[in-house]
Amino acid sequence: MPKTPLAFTLNDAETGIFVDDGQNLLEALRRGAGDLSPKYGCGQGTCGACTVLIDGVPHLSCLTLAEAVAGRRMDTTAGLAEGAELHPLQRAFMEGFAAQCGYCTPGMLMAAKALLAANPRPSREEVIEAISGNLCRCTGYEPIVTAILEAAAKLQGRAA
Amino acid sequence: MTRHSGRGFACINYPIGMNLGGDPAQALVHSTPDGKFMVTLSAIDLGQGMKSVTRQIAAEALGVPLADVYVDTADSDTGPHDMGSFASRGTHRVGNAVIRAASEARAQMMEAAAEELEVSAQDLDTDGAGNIHVKGAPSRQITVADTAIAAQFKQGRTLSGRGIFLIEPSGVDPDTGEMSPVTTYAHAALIVDLDVDDETGEVEVTQINSAYEVGRALNPKLVEQQLIGGAWMGVSHALYETTEPYYPDRSHGPEDFNTYLMPGPGEIVPHDIAVLERPAADAPYGGKGPGEMCANPVLPAVANAVYNAVGVRVDKLPITPEKILRGIRTNGGARPGPRRPGV
Ligand code: FES
Ligand code: FES
Repeated sequence: MPKTPLAFTLNDAETGIFVDDGQNLLEALRRGAGDLSPKYGCGQGTCGACTVLIDGVPHLSCLTLAEAVAGRRMDTTAGLAEGAELHPLQRAFMEGFAAQCGYCTPGMLMAAKALLAANPRPSREEVIEAISGNLCRCTGYEPIVTAILEAAAKLQGRAA
Repeated sequence: MTRHSGRGFACINYPIGMNLGGDPAQALVHSTPDGKFMVTLSAIDLGQGMKSVTRQIAAEALGVPLADVYVDTADSDTGPHDMGSFASRGTHRVGNAVIRAASEARAQMMEAAAEELEVSAQDLDTDGAGNIHVKGAPSRQITVADTAIAAQFKQGRTLSGRGIFLIEPSGVDPDTGEMSPVTTYAHAALIVDLDVDDETGEVEVTQINSAYEVGRALNPKLVEQQLIGGAWMGVSHALYETTEPYYPDRSHGPEDFNTYLMPGPGEIVPHDIAVLERPAADAPYGGKGPGEMCANPVLPAVANAVYNAVGVRVDKLPITPEKILRGIRTNGGARPGPRRPGV
């Protein structure tokens, strides 16, 4: 199958890979770029486990054509921490027991990151709205919502 | 259209583990040359916290810091045998096996330290912070790390232990069908409040109140989280999930994840939990663990609450709007059950 070269920015790193015709972004990231943080849940846009940010906006990478991200900027959970320093969202998830099996977590974190970038002081309802495209089988969502609100408060404290 | 509120109650007596073949679990523990300990298991962590809890149990039984214990559940081909992570058996069965393996490894660690300190192993104790000292003379001590190094490079000894937990197999009495499936039971009582719309048949669960008795809660935060998440799954099983809505007929069943119903973040039900700790005699440090019990009482409580709200007794899961509406029609209208005053 003919391969197409594709260049984009992945978590601040200039990245170049070859993709197959019609390959989806999730596969391109996992197999091509070796970033295993976005997860394959359903492959059909239902679960949100594959959520990544393209130019800051959450997208389901399983439904995105890889070639559509040429020259664009992508963020995944693999780029959240700064060295050993966890992102406040990761810390809040950890301290609030918001991950059990952890399969939904990367998608939740990306949806939350996009929310907090656009709306640093979300209400509980706005948090729920922001993660409403992400399914979790384990936690019952409550600790995830609480963790995102906690992280928002921490980030606000830091900004103030 | 009228929304009818209903309240349902359920309580359960829940067997921990099972009886089949004595329900064995095995654990192996060994130290690395730098005095860390590796616990090898074939029971796996599905997100319920088995790795965390077996790590705590091993650290406690070894007398070493939690940070110095690793749990490896990587591969059931190469690990010691285990029946698996199901039947709510993890904490109890695997935990007991881990205590045995860790205790044997601890005994060897104490022997190795005794040889280094030139005392008898009976006179030694651990401080839980990575040191082994002579009882009553804490300054005469050796670190666990130095003990492991000495064992490895000087004494030619491993610090390791084997553990298996097996319950008394109990056959089925051919005359009465009686058997004793397990050695210990956990308990729960749960109340569900919900509203039923008598025009659409839709159910909204508004509140769950529960009390769980799980033996000692070895990791209280994990127990609470497992109970919250499990109750959500119970609501999902009670009201949403099915692969065959007209079982055994496959028609109208979901064909993929898009059409398989599950509640989302918008359907979070407030849930107040009381955890009662009654340490069980044959359980690891008294902990039985919540396991599948965290979802089970929700289903009958929802069914009872629906009956209380509109007088429809649904005995097939899930309790869909269609079944409720058919029931209401058969009854000639919604028949709200009695309310206690003030509820
Ligand atoms: S894998 Fe993309 S939405 Fe489920
Ligand atoms: S933590 Fe398991 S799916 Fe969310």
